[in-house]
Amino acid sequence: MKILVCISKVPDTTSKINFTDNDTKFDENGVQYIVNPYDEWYALVRALELIESNGGTVTTITIGSSKDDPTIRKALAIGANDAVRIDAEPTDSFFVSKQIAEYAKNENYDIIMTGKETIDYNGAQVGAMISELVDMPFVSLATKLDVEGTKATLERDVQAGVEVVEVELPIVLSAAKGMAEQRIPNMRGIMAARSKPLKVVPPFEQKELTTVVKFELPNPKTGCKYIDPENMDELVELLHNESKVI
Amino acid sequence: MSVLVFVEINNKLSKSVQEAITYGKNLGAVTVVTYGDVNDSLLLEMGNYGAENVLVCRSLKERNEQLLSKLIVKAVEKTNAEYVILSQDQTGKAVGPRVAANLGAGHISGAIAVPESSEEFTVKTNVFSGKAIAYVSVHSEKKVISVLPNSIPPKEDKVETSIVEFNENLGEGKIKVTKLKPLGDGIPLPEAELVVSAGRGLKGPENWGIVEDLAKSLGATTACSRPVADIGWRPHHEHVGQTGVAIRPNLYVAAGISGAIQHLAGVNGSKVIVVVNTDPEAPFFKAADYGVIGDAFEVLPRLTASINNFKSSQ
Ligand SMILES: Cc1cc2nc3c(=O)[nH]c(=O)nc-3n(C[C@H](O)[C@H](O)[C@H](O)COP(=O)(O)OP(=O)(O)OC[C@H]3O[C@@H](n4cnc5c(N)ncnc54)[C@H](O)[C@@H]3O)c2cc1C
Ligand SMILES: Nc1ncnc2c1ncn2[C@@H]1O[C@H](COP(=O)(O)O)[C@@H](O)[C@H]1O
Repeated sequence: MKILVCISKVPDTTSKINFTDNDTKFDENGVQYIVNPYDEWYALVRALELIESNGGTVTTITIGSSKDDPTIRKALAIGANDAVRIDAEPTDSFFVSKQIAEYAKNENYDIIMTGKETIDYNGAQVGAMISELVDMPFVSLATKLDVEGTKATLERDVQAGVEVVEVELPIVLSAAKGMAEQRIPNMRGIMAARSKPLKVVPPFEQKELTTVVKFELPNPKTGCKYIDPENMDELVELLHNESKVI
Repeated sequence: MSVLVFVEINNKLSKSVQEAITYGKNLGAVTVVTYGDVNDSLLLEMGNYGAENVLVCRSLKERNEQLLSKLIVKAVEKTNAEYVILSQDQTGKAVGPRVAANLGAGHISGAIAVPESSEEFTVKTNVFSGKAIAYVSVHSEKKVISVLPNSIPPKEDKVETSIVEFNENLGEGKIKVTKLKPLGDGIPLPEAELVVSAGRGLKGPENWGIVEDLAKSLGATTACSRPVADIGWRPHHEHVGQTGVAIRPNLYVAAGISGAIQHLAGVNGSKVIVVVNTDPEAPFFKAADYGVIGDAFEVLPRLTASINNFKSSQ
């Protein structure tokens, strides 16, 4: 089985979010980058479990500059066999999807996995776009994945509840919570990751379709009004008359 | 300007349907596309929000995102729409990007406002899990925009509506749904206007009765912090925050939740936040509108009683 896992880097979840250059650029000062949790905890780990029981390889793919290499090595330390980096700034989701689709076209992957969304731009777009571009079925927000021969059985979140679906490989999926448990890389993994292949590939031409022109921080709360814990009638009165939410 | 709005209809026009049509109406003349075995009266009701035409594909009976993407693309061809609007719910997340990729259109997911000017078409969206807002401009001729639930107040704007049968041949989907485990009939978390949430301060799953009682008295949906879902006190779909569901209700009541940055990320779009915590130093109070320093085990039942009193006096 050949699995491709899309790995992106995002600011650590505790990062203070600030902007520079007239609020047009994310301020990277003091920001630690991590592997996007959905890509790491769920997609990558489930991919590794599948090849551990069925045989095969897990390749990771990242659109980014050499600044992404530490994140890619982390994915290799957790256990991916090799990595591909498309050497370009990930300008927008379509650009990223196009790169991955073009690369994947000739590689015959059985499964292409993305995370549910990146926790910085929260696009939740790349998986679905790849599936359209490579013309493969797409299972979004998958919380469970089993493979038997060429048939995959998945559970996924939909509005009405949890759907159980069956589909013939190859497929594209986006991974959500529940797929697998986080794995902490051990010393051996970290050492091994250093010598695993990381192939750098030039990008395919694709013009930008969307651009972030400006950022803004939400209005800070003006201050908390404290209410006597004995007097919940007052809270109800405020919710009704002052903030008008009930 | 021609606008195509994709909606899913169950047995009523949900708020997210009204929001999507209202959003579209702000951009131009709205045609809605939908599918399934829907009553004409429900289809016509969309005229209340400004839908001039409703294309309905009755031959597609079940939700199949691959076929829905094709349906929308066909509807774009038919109407020559410049904008495609959908709701940023689970279906929207699966369908919107596919339609965009097919059309070569720029896609904005999670729009929280209608664009202020159409010259340089720019839309406001939530980024960094709600820790910031981005203004994103779209350069392609066609544009696909998914609207974050609870961001645009639905507006009535009644027009004459006509129903057009749109039974296109969409072929077969490759994904077979073998089972649906329903969530129950409460309002799903992303659409809920009132949410009552609790965290590790509740000490154990057996204590959730007071949370559910309060939710019931308000007509609210329940949520929880991540550790609570991780230890299995509550189901995963209730987990809100940066790695869970992001919500923007009118009212978010948080009891026994410390207010860690990852939790706040998913809830700070809420209009009004009420925090109940024994610790006056809990970081959540900084993000709260109303704070109650006290024991959830006493405060929640008291609040439930006050709400019930208030409701019966209305
Ligand atoms: C990468 C990453 C992603 C994360 N994503 C999320 C996420 O999406 N969502 C999320 O929620 N967390 C997330 N977390 C975890 C987050 O950092 C916190 O650990 C978590 O939110 C804490 O949950 P809690 O507030 O329920 O528990 P605690 O932090 O243990 O807080 C319990 C609170 O209850 C109060 N309390 C105790 N007894 C009572 C009582 N009787 N009455 C009233 N109050 C009481 C205490 O004072 C305390 O403030 C993430 C963490 C990481 C590292
Ligand atoms: N620059 C990137 N390189 C590789 N994969 C990416 C990149 N950006 C996003 N992805 C993948 O696409 C998923 C969804 O991202 P998004 O659509 O941006 O929310 C992520 O969880 C990743 O798996």
